[in-house]
Amino acid sequence: MSKANLLERRSVVSSLLAQRKDAVVVGGLGASTYDIAAAGDHDRNFYLWGAMGGAVMIGLGIALAQPDLPVVVITGDGEMLMGIGSLATVGLQKPENLTIVVLDNEVYGETGGQASHTAATVDLIGVARSCGIPDARAIATMAEVEAFAGEVQDVSSGPRFASIKIDSANLERVLSSRDGQFTVTRIRGALGFHPI
Amino acid sequence: MHARTEAPAETAPSWPEEIFGILQRFDVRQVPYVPDAGHSQLIERVLGASSMRGIPLTTEEEGVALLAGAWAGGQRGVLLMQSSGVGNCVNMLSLTQIFRFPFLTLVTMRGEWGEFNPWQVPMGSTTQGVFELCGIKVLRASHPDEVREVVEAAAGQAYNACTPTAVLLSQRLIGAKVFTK
Repeated sequence: MSKANLLERRSVVSSLLAQRKDAVVVGGLGASTYDIAAAGDHDRNFYLWGAMGGAVMIGLGIALAQPDLPVVVITGDGEMLMGIGSLATVGLQKPENLTIVVLDNEVYGETGGQASHTAATVDLIGVARSCGIPDARAIATMAEVEAFAGEVQDVSSGPRFASIKIDSANLERVLSSRDGQFTVTRIRGALGFHPI
Repeated sequence: MHARTEAPAETAPSWPEEIFGILQRFDVRQVPYVPDAGHSQLIERVLGASSMRGIPLTTEEEGVALLAGAWAGGQRGVLLMQSSGVGNCVNMLSLTQIFRFPFLTLVTMRGEWGEFNPWQVPMGSTTQGVFELCGIKVLRASHPDEVREVVEAAAGQAYNACTPTAVLLSQRLIGAKVFTK
């Protein structure tokens, strides 16, 4: 792959979320959470600042509880690798409203740019397919991103998985709230659930 | 996943059924699990229940994250696992403090009370301590006639007071796994 043609992560996430409607969006810790915050704070944004490897499972829990809502997990290759087994768990449950997007820059950008397994060997799309997610694809152009943004609204054709190769530039952090209780209470409120 | 000796149907214990009833009454909807023979009767009931979704995991920490998502989406859940899986959960248990969500787990114990397999002993011996270090309240049931009230209390404080709680179901209750006859 020509490194010159890699997509820019903030543009990808902004485009994915431009027509989000009622979707709940989960961001994996690190740059993915900053990307979602950069696209605009929203009361259905689930920001993670830790729990590495847990983003897909949090998305699955929401998707099973709210089958009529699109649920979009946006995370990085390192976070996805740590929770790689969760793709098998999703493949078994087949939540039709769940979309998993991996922004793959092939490095651990938060910790100094060390190479991740996707730089050399791991094919996440192949992993997703073999885990029972047949709609697993590579996205390489902004036109494909825009088309995909429409597809994620369909809550009866998932689960779907997309790997988007992005450039590894370290962008300025856009900090979301890092108060987990606030974040979850806000999402629950947006879905009509009250505090205890 | 380890099969314990199969009990004949007529001598199957009643406490798994009591646990199932409590989960139903508390409107538990998502039941992630890593299988254990001690949970097999309960898992069968969950998988056959229209109101619950049994969710097999590849590792126990997935279940902690799943239950956080379930809560955000408005559903209650319970994580079923064996003591050896508790260590797999440690970092993910941070979520119980970060979200203060109603976390309940039911843990079948190994590594105690006549254990045959030494490999089970280290994690079984530290299970309660690990939970407590992670801020999880621990209750234990060792006799069939106390399971109902212990699980009822645990579910009450987890779901009503958002107090993360683990119930340890003792190997004394379940019976040590028999490897040789």
